[in-house]
Amino acid sequence: MLSYKAVYVIVLREFKRFFRQKGRLVVTMARPLIWLFIVGSGFTKLIDANTGERYIQFILPGIVGMTILFSSVFSTISVVWDREFGFLREMLVSPVSRVTIVFGKLISGTTLSVLQGAALLFVAPFLGLSLGLDGVIYMIALMFLVALSITAMGLFVASFLSSLEGFNVIMNFIVLPMFFLSGALYPVGSLPTVIRMFTYINPLCYGVDSFKHILLPGGGRLVAEFPMYVDIMFVAVFSVVFTFLSALVFERKK
Amino acid sequence: MPIIQVENLFKRYNGVEAVKGVSFDVKEGETFGFLGPNGAGKTTTISILCTLLNFDSGVALVNGFDCKREPHKVRSSIGLVFQEITLDNELTAYENLKFHCYLYNMNRRVAEERIEEILAVVGLSDRRNDIVKKFSGGMKRRLEIARGLLHRPRVLFLDEPTLGLDPQTRSHVWEFIHKLKKTVGNTVFMTTHYMQEAEVCDRIAIIDNGGIIALARPDELKRSLKGDTIYIKTSDDEKAKTEIREKFGLSARVTDAGLSVLVEGGEKFIPKLFDRLTTEVLSVNLKKPSLEDVFINLTGREIRDYGPAARFRG
Repeated sequence: MLSYKAVYVIVLREFKRFFRQKGRLVVTMARPLIWLFIVGSGFTKLIDANTGERYIQFILPGIVGMTILFSSVFSTISVVWDREFGFLREMLVSPVSRVTIVFGKLISGTTLSVLQGAALLFVAPFLGLSLGLDGVIYMIALMFLVALSITAMGLFVASFLSSLEGFNVIMNFIVLPMFFLSGALYPVGSLPTVIRMFTYINPLCYGVDSFKHILLPGGGRLVAEFPMYVDIMFVAVFSVVFTFLSALVFERKK
Repeated sequence: MPIIQVENLFKRYNGVEAVKGVSFDVKEGETFGFLGPNGAGKTTTISILCTLLNFDSGVALVNGFDCKREPHKVRSSIGLVFQEITLDNELTAYENLKFHCYLYNMNRRVAEERIEEILAVVGLSDRRNDIVKKFSGGMKRRLEIARGLLHRPRVLFLDEPTLGLDPQTRSHVWEFIHKLKKTVGNTVFMTTHYMQEAEVCDRIAIIDNGGIIALARPDELKRSLKGDTIYIKTSDDEKAKTEIREKFGLSARVTDAGLSVLVEGGEKFIPKLFDRLTTEVLSVNLKKPSLEDVFINLTGREIRDYGPAARFRG
């Protein structure tokens, strides 16, 4: 059912494409740094005075989450891209199963996301956060899970889209709200109740929260809001459900 | 046993019958052509045979496997070159081929051997490590056809293989397909709406409005016309038509471009026509039978005319 060689070559292709598109590489690395140092240092002045907590430290978990969100969703564009430029048909007429294609895309999207998120961990010491080897390992494991959940969700959505135009709509109505309702920029506890409801179904919210457990172990107001096991459970269940759903949709589609 | 068997195939698309009761067999090693205008049902049929599309009723077998119930086995038996380019532009020629080999579960050694071999056949060995984006249209086509052959399919499907290419590149691609057939020798199933291209097929099915209206060897089809076609433009086509019927006992047909008359020994007929016709002749054109004429004779219109059939007024 699952062809490992095909999964391997699908992943290899995505990696080659990623590292060959120099522009994409630059944007990918620059965006989180812009957020951290421009938005972060701007708000730091405003907030530090009141609480004594460093806002720029607080948003690091959120910016890691954002990087994973954008890169996972962006990598699922490759499905739409492949459909629009015909390459998907090359895969669909081959004897490999649809599930194989889904797994290839999932693994490549997840791994590329984790690489980008992990690169951001190098910034932590400069923000005055100490992260031991165990912290790095925990973070990478958690990033895998979060990246998987979002790639799976992106793949599910992308399988319904036939053009890149539709993808912009998705970006604005799913991706940006997911980011703003993730607790990346402010604690979700401070949101009004109605809006807060949405954060409970947002995998990124639990993902960012789990990063806070590792990156911001201290006390204060700007720390994790849910227990770690809730974070992990939600993201894991979400990943499984959407992996299953995208496999199902691909299998049905011709 | 035929390599492709199609019986009474029906396919309905959004309420329109794209394929209505098509039946044909393709023998192993044959080059079989599907000829017809755009929208005749060629691509629909090829998509069904390649398992990219379901069908409503009928039988479709490729290499003995059922296209509906055994799509995986059908897919392993076929190679497909699509109308549009489906290469990955960001990858090199070699990487595109390697991707294909791994999709078809070849091991590394076999893959390397086949890639070298096929790159030589299509004359792209020296470009193997170039990004496909930089290739010309003809080179991309050759690479796609090469890719379609990598896994040694029993049947190679070519869906309008020269669409969008300039005439020169088109003839290069055809030379190449010919050469390939001699060296590889597998069954080729192709669709085209270019008459000249169909002439290279061993057998042709002419398809129009979702049905096959003729199926034979190209020379048989042409012989069935029994003569040459003379195209005449006159100052009064209706009058000339009547005259031709009365004086020669021939029925001329009114087409968009004037009258067409089917006659044996056309060269000898033209002087007689000038002698006895009182209507002024503006131009005259003699054509030895071609597939184009076969198509016009069968359907009453030219192949690239998308409108409704011109009325037979003969």
